[in-house]
Amino acid sequence: MLKHLLSGADLDAATATLILDTAAEMATVAGREVKKLPALRGRTVVNLFYEDSTRTRISFEAAAKRLSADVINFSAKGSSVSKGESLKDTALTLQAMGADAVVIRHPASGAPHRLANWVEGSVLNAGDGTHEHPTQALLDAYTMRARLGRIAGLSVAVVGDVLHSRVARSNVLLLATLGAKVTLVGPPTLIPVDIGAALAPGTEVSYDLDAVLPTSDVVMMLRVQRERMADSYFPSAREYARRYGLDGPRMARLPDHAIVMHPGPMNRGMEIAPEVADSPRSTIVEQVANGVSVRMAVLYLLLGGMH
Amino acid sequence: MTEYTAGGDPGAAKPAYLIRGVRVVGAAPTDLLLAGGVVAEVGRDLAARGARVVDGDGLVALPGLVDLHTHLREPGREDAETVESGSRAAALGGYTAVCAMANTSPVADTAGVVEQVWRLGREAGLVDVQPIGAVTVGLAGERLAELGAMADSAARVRIFSDDGHCVADPKLMRRALEYVKAFDGVIAQHAEEPRLTEGAQMHEGEVSTRLGLTGWPAVAEEAIIARDVLLAEHVGSRLHVCHLSTAGSVEVLRHAKKRGVRVTAEVTPHHLLLTDERAASYDPVFKVNPPLRTSADVSALREALVEGIIDIVATDHAPHALEDKECEWAYARPGMLGLETALSVLLDVLGERWDLIAERMSRTPARIAGLVEHGRNPAPGVPANLTLVDPAARRTVDPSEQASRSRNTPYAGLTLPGRIVATFLRGEPTVLDGKAVK
Ligand SMILES: [Zn+2]
Repeated sequence: MLKHLLSGADLDAATATLILDTAAEMATVAGREVKKLPALRGRTVVNLFYEDSTRTRISFEAAAKRLSADVINFSAKGSSVSKGESLKDTALTLQAMGADAVVIRHPASGAPHRLANWVEGSVLNAGDGTHEHPTQALLDAYTMRARLGRIAGLSVAVVGDVLHSRVARSNVLLLATLGAKVTLVGPPTLIPVDIGAALAPGTEVSYDLDAVLPTSDVVMMLRVQRERMADSYFPSAREYARRYGLDGPRMARLPDHAIVMHPGPMNRGMEIAPEVADSPRSTIVEQVANGVSVRMAVLYLLLGGMH
Repeated sequence: MTEYTAGGDPGAAKPAYLIRGVRVVGAAPTDLLLAGGVVAEVGRDLAARGARVVDGDGLVALPGLVDLHTHLREPGREDAETVESGSRAAALGGYTAVCAMANTSPVADTAGVVEQVWRLGREAGLVDVQPIGAVTVGLAGERLAELGAMADSAARVRIFSDDGHCVADPKLMRRALEYVKAFDGVIAQHAEEPRLTEGAQMHEGEVSTRLGLTGWPAVAEEAIIARDVLLAEHVGSRLHVCHLSTAGSVEVLRHAKKRGVRVTAEVTPHHLLLTDERAASYDPVFKVNPPLRTSADVSALREALVEGIIDIVATDHAPHALEDKECEWAYARPGMLGLETALSVLLDVLGERWDLIAERMSRTPARIAGLVEHGRNPAPGVPANLTLVDPAARRTVDPSEQASRSRNTPYAGLTLPGRIVATFLRGEPTVLDGKAVK
């Protein structure tokens, strides 16, 4: 049924729930002495990374290895890729190597879609430009469900640089599919035009973080690059932190049960204060662990389990 | 360029072609006798007098189409297109004249380069290639190129454009508009405020938000057009707006025309047919500058073209080598083929409104470009620059069948009405039976 995972929009509620349920089973493997399943023995998974993202690559690598797949790391740095080989030529090379799945991280939006035209195996989008990062949305959903027991009906505030965030787009799509209510919060310069119509009707937008916090079950803080201020998205890092950063006093406005998420890597002191990142509400460390389980589930289901 | 009279009295020249029973600009069928480079006679049941007979039954004769905006890529990117291959594509599309944009390598910013392009066009002999000169040296937008030298050259340049780039500096634009008045020149502006389109990949709107591609806002075009029509009004100069693409631009233009500003504007076939939804495939064959817009923009452009707010259709034929399109969207070059499909797209968009098509695709562009031999309905004594269209034919666009050296047509697989059966340049066929003669 599902051949590739390119976008949060590829997942209907049943498929997304199946992935989350499978991930929960996979999580039990992590607690075992031998953290390995034979499910993908003899299958080849290629990690094709055109951006430095050690944390995501390691997460996918661990997931594939725990399923006994052969893993090839194909990094753009120091390979033929950096010498100007085209994505299509690289795709044909991977095809010749017999890749059953290609996990691709790429700075250009849509690169995984292009790749899917040129390889026979499954393509997993591990983050493309300012477009999407669907496994991040799945691991975020998994984390919400693990902490709060459900996803449907939750109020989720996604805060920060939505415009440039692939995490935000995938989350808006997946959370809408799973019945959560999403409010995007940030300065108007960083909220893309027509986002509700573009992704999920019912998505709300607010420029006032303090007003949103008291009714939020989940606050997801997005990474905000300081360089954005050079392009006049906001006047200064300090003003950004003051208006949209999550610090201790702001966190106190949340309901008691609410959780704080961050996809990492964090800019401590910018979008999130250290006391928040390290508080019991924070799920940041769990998100990393859950990432491996969710990616195991996705690889397992894409490469044969989903029949 | 009045060779058509070189044979002396056209009536006395040996008749070359007799087109039988053709509907001239959609009127009742008649015969056209071509001789000495001109239309010698028009009427029913003309005697062949040794002329080769072309069956015009069911065909419509149009004045040869004139494209005000063609990228021929030579010199510099002969792997993508040459003057000859582009000329052949043009003839197959029903064109008898094309204006070649200046963004070649080297840039057509000197008399030497424009004369080279002009000469290559003459040698190819498939359409009249009228070079456009760059406004600024190297298209850099910093100082004026030698516009007068290009105007005085053998190429007799009258249209100047930095197309691909906007003449963004308002002072430079003012000077350019003023300066070309000396030789009745016109500045053709690629309207794009560069600060508003840094990194832009597609139309800014719902689809760009969904696809995570940096937006090219409509206002970046509209703001420049608004500025330029005011400048043109202020200095009393002629302005031509390239590839107008938004509903807002139409309103700016409507306002300017009401005030009597000497402004003309073009729209491309692709902006009349395709929308930004095409980008959803991330296939860069749909990447173009200005970008494909929304269906509301498409409707506004169609209405403006019919109404005459938009004066002409120009192709912005932009061939690109395979490697510049078979890649990630952000890394691809913008541009689409257009010459071989333009008339079919217009038939699809406008229907068989032949006089309107002749006006927007031949007569008015010829007038703007100052090409006096072109853009005239076939009539006795008129240069025999014309094309024959079969409106009943339908064809499915196949990129591999394009005469262009490149394959980047956005219409692949689309079935469109109309087929060019023959094209005549000064009475000699460049296309016969739908095939290029040379
Ligand atoms: Zn242009």
